[in-house]
Amino acid sequence: MVKHPSLNYMREEVLPTAFCPGCYNGIVMNALFEAFRELNIMDLRKFVFVSGIGCSSWIPSPYIKADSLHTLHGRAIAVATGVKTYNPDLEVIVIGGDGDIASIGGNHLIHAARRNMDLIVVMINNQVYGMTRGQAAPTTPHGMRTPTTPYGNPEYPLDIVSILVNTNANYVARWCVSNYIQLKNTFKEVLSSINRGLRFIEVYAPCVTYVVRREGKSPGQKLRELMTKCIPYKKYMELEPAVREKYVPVGVFKAEDKPGFVETYRNYARKAMER
Amino acid sequence: MGVTRLLLTGNEAVVYGAIDAGCRFYAGYPITPSSEIMHLMAKELPRIGGVFIQAEDELAAINMVVGASWAGAKAMTATSGPGLSLMQEGLGYAVMTETPLVLVDVMRAGPATGQATKPAQGDVMPARWGRHGDQYIPVIAPATPQEAYDYTIWAFNIAEELRTPVIVLTDEFIGHGREVVFRRTDIELIERRKPKSRDEPPFGSDDPRIAPPMPVLGEGFYVMVTGSTHKPMGYRDVHSFETHYKLVIRLKEKIWGNMNKLFKYEVYGEPDRAEKAIVCFGSVYRSALEAWRKVNKDTVLIRLNTLWPLDYDLLKKLLANVSRVVVPELNLGQIIYDVMASVDADVEVRGVNKVGGGIPIYPSEIIEALKR
Repeated sequence: MVKHPSLNYMREEVLPTAFCPGCYNGIVMNALFEAFRELNIMDLRKFVFVSGIGCSSWIPSPYIKADSLHTLHGRAIAVATGVKTYNPDLEVIVIGGDGDIASIGGNHLIHAARRNMDLIVVMINNQVYGMTRGQAAPTTPHGMRTPTTPYGNPEYPLDIVSILVNTNANYVARWCVSNYIQLKNTFKEVLSSINRGLRFIEVYAPCVTYVVRREGKSPGQKLRELMTKCIPYKKYMELEPAVREKYVPVGVFKAEDKPGFVETYRNYARKAMER
Repeated sequence: MGVTRLLLTGNEAVVYGAIDAGCRFYAGYPITPSSEIMHLMAKELPRIGGVFIQAEDELAAINMVVGASWAGAKAMTATSGPGLSLMQEGLGYAVMTETPLVLVDVMRAGPATGQATKPAQGDVMPARWGRHGDQYIPVIAPATPQEAYDYTIWAFNIAEELRTPVIVLTDEFIGHGREVVFRRTDIELIERRKPKSRDEPPFGSDDPRIAPPMPVLGEGFYVMVTGSTHKPMGYRDVHSFETHYKLVIRLKEKIWGNMNKLFKYEVYGEPDRAEKAIVCFGSVYRSALEAWRKVNKDTVLIRLNTLWPLDYDLLKKLLANVSRVVVPELNLGQIIYDVMASVDADVEVRGVNKVGGGIPIYPSEIIEALKR
């Protein structure tokens, strides 16, 4: 029997996954695994996956066959920083949700960006706290009804990409889960330059249970909708500001090649040893 | 066998103790009165191939230490009261994931910001019980800069052997007091044990008193580390009673079952003949010792070098014959409850409690409480 090629990277004994039927996490996983395969990375023993708490944090733990640290809510980037700085030979990837990375862990993200910490951070933005039943997150659109905003969200969402573009982070991209090829290519790009500063990828993937189904749509219908909703950043900027909120700008927003923390610290330590 | 004689503060002594124990990773956040630990670490670690990071907050600091420990480092952080509060969740994670690390808490007067530059001993209960859930962390309490050096080494040995976080409780008196400290080169160090193969459970052992072997990231163990309830191989099980109960009982037994290794105390005088006792720990021990020297005929002095786990049976034996116990503490009464739990109801237990302004407990106050 021919096996699905992604199974090479997964702990088969824990399947099926706990994700809801139609959950877009599977698409993100597949894009990542396909990127590994196309780069001819067949064994993940030098990779360490770090995640926090939330549905997308379950992607590496327990599903990916590699070392994984399933940490406290919000602290994945801090733990990953400890791993990476003590052993820079390890390729450290953080996978988490918008609640984990942008809300409770937002401070660590900003400071990892300031340090240009040599990590890949994948933030799957599902717009809500999916694991705890769909409460409002910092990415929830204004006016959206959730269990904690029963009369429509009075707050406005946070655009993490535009924040990170203005930091010392090397690489900032956003793709919708409908941009499968672009997402896979971005994974390939960051995996090829993994030891070069902070590489942040937001994947826009609305929660199928607490966003998509509440809209009365199926995951498939929503994917089709995203294909027109997610437009290249340039096109987005050409739109009248009033209509922009209907669209999600995607693309690679920043791709620089400044030295990351590991190299900066190495030079700093060399100075210390000379003293 | 080299011994170097140095004039060090307790905070500086902690750094040299850590480095001599093999510590090569430090992440911390500035806080009075512990900052000198951070300053000296920042100076020393990059020179010897170690990593020093100034974290964005205490939440990050403790979690960076956890990450470095799994990457194979002997790692530590230091803080003071407010920082300890912020690190509690991370400590709980370290308990659950059996991550060796050392936290030095240079106690200051609280609650909240309190008096940042003034000594106190108010963190005994937070160090023991500050985290949610059932969990146990060894807490040790040096009294002098020399002991700050020795106990930091001891803390790393406990952490490595039992795969546990360890809290070293000093205070501003010890941290900023400067004394002669002997730095040694003949230190016996305990190193963590690695699994022999991928099949050896990293989160289970037949004898709960022996810590399971700890994989190092990146060596092909494919370890799953999680703060959720997990089975010996690391797989999460957040539903069954058996898995959870077995895990927390083992984690408890790993600490309380090693009482003979962990519990250190000192006794001055004769517990069998004494009518009165003084029970103390940390910097107050020095006042208590001076008081005891003046009244030693009928009094026994007990110093708790380890605050957790506490050998209550032993304390009961030592206090079996006394009719009055004086418990001087630089707080409003914390270890006094351990004493109350260890004596009969008719024994008079008196606290000598004082905190704030950097005023110590004087020997005369202890003597007065013994006599009154």
